[in-house]
Amino acid sequence: MSRIQEKTRALVASKMKLDESEVTPEKNLFNDLGADSLDFVELSVLLEREFNVKFTEDDTAKVKTVADLYQLIEKYTSK
Amino acid sequence: MKIIGTGSALPALTVTNDDLAGFLDTNDQWITTRTGIQERHLLSTEDLYDLAVDASIKAIKAAGLRPDQIDFLLVSNVANRHVTPGLSCIVQKRIGLTCAGLDINVACAGFVNALMLADGMMKAGRAKNILVLCAEEPTKYCDWHERDCSVLFGDGAGAVVLTEGNAFKDVQLTMISDRDVLYYERGMETTPFEQHYIKGQPLVMKGKELFKTAVSESAKDIQTILKRANLTHEDITYFMLHQANKRIIEGIRKIVGGPEEKYPTVIEKYGNTSSASIPIMLDEMLADNKIKAGDKIVMSAFGAGFVSAACLWEWEF
Repeated sequence: MSRIQEKTRALVASKMKLDESEVTPEKNLFNDLGADSLDFVELSVLLEREFNVKFTEDDTAKVKTVADLYQLIEKYTSK
Repeated sequence: MKIIGTGSALPALTVTNDDLAGFLDTNDQWITTRTGIQERHLLSTEDLYDLAVDASIKAIKAAGLRPDQIDFLLVSNVANRHVTPGLSCIVQKRIGLTCAGLDINVACAGFVNALMLADGMMKAGRAKNILVLCAEEPTKYCDWHERDCSVLFGDGAGAVVLTEGNAFKDVQLTMISDRDVLYYERGMETTPFEQHYIKGQPLVMKGKELFKTAVSESAKDIQTILKRANLTHEDITYFMLHQANKRIIEGIRKIVGGPEEKYPTVIEKYGNTSSASIPIMLDEMLADNKIKAGDKIVMSAFGAGFVSAACLWEWEF
């Protein structure tokens, strides 16, 4: 697991009040981890600050799973 | 500068989430979990000017002053039925003031911006006692056929009397031009030369974008002001944030830090009363003796623009 994935997993777990072991790549943020739309917006802000990036609405709209989130951050941090 | 008197006024009518569910496609659980709002006060029999006068007179009395001892009136208001004259002109006489005044519109961040102006006026020696009045009726520019905006707002007025002192320590203002996130467009009169008639429309809000910007920028303002003062969240007694949405407040808290008790709320009872939200909350907290001399307090507000503003106090009575 990369440093980005570790940080992201920790932030998701902290935000959703979950154990990190529950935050696995295939989990759907909304259906499996219980996030609602505002949780996701808040998570986006936390991730943007953590990785010093700014997501576009179009890109965040595509995120459904933890793996999608990893890919999103890897895409922005590799720019 | 310091605050020596506060006052607030709310409409008599209380409207619960269940009341709204009677005619909107929503329910108490939806509103409560997404906003923290349980009820709000809406203008019905009274008008905004009544609230403005009531809050102002209470603040002047609490300050132990007479209206003729107020040197300047600063009013924060987004919109009321009069585009002109300004709300300050309309209520001046009813409050009993003889001083001059002016209106500002910095959306929900109007209170902190008015404090900045008042501080500047005092430092320039232009006024000794200033009344800052925030009077708002956002429910009058919501579309009551849809739930996105109408469930969020309440009407109200909050006022403070400011005088010379050393309590007001610093202020940080932010403006990021982005009209589309939140706006209310009024209709204009037609002219024979009109090419593009603007009909006007009720408040339009892109909720997720606004939420994200509000959390991010408010947290940034607060952290900037803390850094300048060499303080951390642990030094602050209260973070008094604009009461727009409990989830926004929670989002800011997660970034800035500190326990929930440091982030007081009144949004449960009043909804989002725009620029009046912080002075209304301040009035209640002072009435409940929750603030003592020496407390370090951060205020932060944000709204249509996008604008945000934060300030730091070290409380004096």
